[in-house]
Amino acid sequence: MHEVDMTKCLLLSLQEWKQQHQPQVPSVEVVHLQVGDFTCVEPDALVFTWGALVNGTWLAGSELRIERTPLLARCFPCGASYSPSQGQAYRSPCCDHPMEEILSGRELRIRSIEYSLPEQGNSPPAADSVVAEQSQTRELVAGARP
Amino acid sequence: MHMPLEDTLGLNLLAANQHQADHNREHFDAWQLLCLNLMSSPGAGKTSLLERSLAQLSNEFAMAVLEGDMTTQLDAERLEAVGVPVVPITTGRACHLDAAMVGGGLKLLRQRLDPASLDLLWVENVGNLVCPAEFEVGEHKKVALLSVTEGDDKPLKYPVMFREADCVLITKIDLLPYLPVEVERIEDHIHQVNPRCSVIRLSASSGVGLDSWHAWLRETHAAQCPSPVLTTAKPQPSHPTLVNA
Repeated sequence: MHEVDMTKCLLLSLQEWKQQHQPQVPSVEVVHLQVGDFTCVEPDALVFTWGALVNGTWLAGSELRIERTPLLARCFPCGASYSPSQGQAYRSPCCDHPMEEILSGRELRIRSIEYSLPEQGNSPPAADSVVAEQSQTRELVAGARP
Repeated sequence: MHMPLEDTLGLNLLAANQHQADHNREHFDAWQLLCLNLMSSPGAGKTSLLERSLAQLSNEFAMAVLEGDMTTQLDAERLEAVGVPVVPITTGRACHLDAAMVGGGLKLLRQRLDPASLDLLWVENVGNLVCPAEFEVGEHKKVALLSVTEGDDKPLKYPVMFREADCVLITKIDLLPYLPVEVERIEDHIHQVNPRCSVIRLSASSGVGLDSWHAWLRETHAAQCPSPVLTTAKPQPSHPTLVNA
């Protein structure tokens, strides 16, 4: 089930976001993804592994919400858009042309993150605890790699 | 009381892998070599094809292989026998190579030779038609293999792999007389999902089609690493410079 590796990679990508843009550890409520139908990802499996992998990390308790985007292609000769019937036929019904341009369906995107920061006046978490939490996450994310 | 925030990212879900893949590719470009990612289902003939191609091209190109395998090093041993440096990458339970694993393989390769002395680096991915399609490793071109014994519906069932490929090799065509498979149908199905890729029929055991495949390799290498004789001082015919063999 490669969704485990996909989720680990997603966690690493979010870790990069945190390190680059968040001096304090944000409390993440929802991570919004866009996942196209023409990808190798099964959204339900992604949500399942998310629940298991964020446990005990800075993302614990957060929710993964996935918006699916349909496979949509554009017929090259006539310019009409069409929805190929996946697994069966990809030619355009209008001109019988092969699937040249894909308009949507290849998305694997972190669309947005809903989060909150500790209120001003609250003492920010001690540097030690931030570092500890980061290294813990990193270990979890990278740990299963041979 | 917390203040709710929302950051719009539009980041690739696999951004972390992509960064490492870009990093690998920067190395490949600096070393002026062509890196190919070889993908297929298990048993489609990646290793057999590599055995033939490595043997036939070793006087022309200096080559090395990063060999992905889930648990064993059997494929790596087969390829070492041809006399080309092979770095095995055992992925454990992971069903594909990712950019970090290939980065690790490159470190091991650099302990054995100077990659700048190479013309061609092969990455033989783990046998799987699904996952490797989404995990870039820094390759310049993706090559997908499909054997005629797998049936003609595979490009329709696993379209992402064939959509992503720059070149699709239809392998084991020497078996066609014994199978209820029309190779034209396979080609049509590949063409439906990817009208731009090159499609080559071949058999690693009979040798049919290897000329066309090697012609594609020469052309792709020339486009990726233009005029090696004029711009670089790589030894020709070249063999990898061993650092501490």
